[in-house]
Amino acid sequence: MNTQRITSAFAKAESENRGAFVAYLTIGFPSLDESEKAIDSVIASGADIVELGVPFSDPFADGGVIRSAAYEALRQGVTIDHVIALAKRVRERHPETGLVLFSYYNLIFSKGLEKFAAEVADAGIDAVLAVDLPLEEREELLQVLRPHGIGYIPLIAPNTPLERVEESEAGLENSFLYVITVMGITGARAELPRDLAGRLDKIRAVSNLPVAAGFGISTKAQAEEVCRHADGFIVGSALVKRLAEGKEPCLG
Amino acid sequence: MKTHYGIYGGQYVAETLMAPLRELEAAYEAAKKDVAFAREFKGILHDYVGRESPITYAKRLSEHLGGAMILLKREDLNHTGAHKVNNTIGQALLARRMGKKRLIAETGAGMHGVATATVAALFGMPCEVYMGAIDVERQAPNVERMKMLGATVHAVPEGSATLKDAMNEALRDWVTNCADTFYVIGTVAGPAPYPEMVRDFQSVIGVEARRQCLEKYGRLPDEAIACVGGGSNAMGLFAGFLDDPEVKLVGVEAGGKGVASGEHAASINGGRLGVLHGAKTMLLQTDDGNILDTYSVSAGLDYPGVGPEHCHLHDIGRAEYTVIDDDEAIAAFDAHCRFEGIIPALESSHALAEAIKRAPKLGRDKILLVNLSGRGDKDMENVMRYKASSANSSQV
Repeated sequence: MNTQRITSAFAKAESENRGAFVAYLTIGFPSLDESEKAIDSVIASGADIVELGVPFSDPFADGGVIRSAAYEALRQGVTIDHVIALAKRVRERHPETGLVLFSYYNLIFSKGLEKFAAEVADAGIDAVLAVDLPLEEREELLQVLRPHGIGYIPLIAPNTPLERVEESEAGLENSFLYVITVMGITGARAELPRDLAGRLDKIRAVSNLPVAAGFGISTKAQAEEVCRHADGFIVGSALVKRLAEGKEPCLG
Repeated sequence: MKTHYGIYGGQYVAETLMAPLRELEAAYEAAKKDVAFAREFKGILHDYVGRESPITYAKRLSEHLGGAMILLKREDLNHTGAHKVNNTIGQALLARRMGKKRLIAETGAGMHGVATATVAALFGMPCEVYMGAIDVERQAPNVERMKMLGATVHAVPEGSATLKDAMNEALRDWVTNCADTFYVIGTVAGPAPYPEMVRDFQSVIGVEARRQCLEKYGRLPDEAIACVGGGSNAMGLFAGFLDDPEVKLVGVEAGGKGVASGEHAASINGGRLGVLHGAKTMLLQTDDGNILDTYSVSAGLDYPGVGPEHCHLHDIGRAEYTVIDDDEAIAAFDAHCRFEGIIPALESSHALAEAIKRAPKLGRDKILLVNLSGRGDKDMENVMRYKASSANSSQV
């Protein structure tokens, strides 16, 4: 079985001369069933990696679209256990797609780290991203993920120095750098910052991991523009917004 | 720089906030070593806040209880009516030193919001305060005070629409605008260096009280008692006595309708280890790690977490943490009004209630030092409403 699906997803995209498409969905929105269908749908429309967003009561890094989706999912009683169970079902149908569990750290920590890592591994999840777990605090999580071969996705912000980019990717496998395009929270932006291309070039020059850009990307044109300077792009709010409008989750 | 207290504390924030936290750490370390900064801070506390605040012997109450002597550290006499302003002056000075142009803050009951709006006016800086929509309704007079002082108040309608949601929204503002914005956190919570910095700015309470007690009574108090929501007034008081092992430190959490009822705000006594708003700490949370709504008659103690240093002091046994419920706090509020002619804040009434419990069991030669962290004018309506509803329910 392929255990390096994140690495493979970027390699495959590169061999096809395109950037990898990373799709974020808040799991449990509009409902657990519909989330599962939406995952099938984004994979059918070309997603190489799916980020499974776990709804949290205090989503302080998210913009309005993802927050509303999270509150709705919580209202329906969706927990991290539901998300892991859903991942296991998705894995059975999609043996090659990269799956990333995308969460606030308390939901992970609260489960107990060992138990979390074992369940995530059993579900066939490839990597974990915790929004509020920077370099300084992540070791306790990495320690339990490593024995299971589960990757960790570090975030790189506009104000992250290049030396810190190198520290952030040190020792990570089956991962990519999630480069945040803008200062701020998740959500669509009409325009991406002008210095983004230059910043992506610099990060790529020092990085051994693939580089994907996210936050604010909502159109194919923006995705193409970003992929001239990155190995992949991440779309979240734009997909969740389409689901909220009762549409198929795809890129406009 | 101290980032952890035992297993607690840390910097659990989005990557975008790491650079501003580094910048803040560096600025604070430099300010700590700068005598001019300390002089200016002290000067404003003296000339503007009216420090030092006295300690008052609560003579009639102590005699009525027939035990230990109860001393009150009078933070209620500060300008703006509470201890909160000690911290906002410190942080605003730091903001100015760092060249930040704009102050933001979260507030629950509105006291920290008012204290931030006050220093923003004093320093001529624009100020935006985030407040849960439910709190905006419950604490209307403080909303008006903030506006009158020139601040913009944003009601946060989502989540539980209380303090934690206000803090979430303030973090969203900060992560977007950190280049020119200083986030004034109101308590010893949040990511490092906030717990240490807020404790240091509030330590004036304990340092003064220790000296005053020695000067007036020739000895240290036997116990130092303060209420704990996030825990800034308690940490400020405790800071003066951490190196005096003979002084017992007592933090009092808000028991609401009782810890067993689930409707409370007692994070240390009724919570579980977790991570929220930048720190690993004791949290009120569900089994699956979502944060619970809190309840207390006192809006200022209504926070699901607690400062990491308190959790550590609890673990190592240096401080003990008790619980006072709504009814006990209201009774202490009444007692202080009638025996001492002092209307205490409902937050502080929790600490007073603990002293009222302890005093009769101790000899007259013992001293209980209680931090009277704020005045209670703001709570009139809440107290009347509480009494009306308990009168109704006792009739049923």
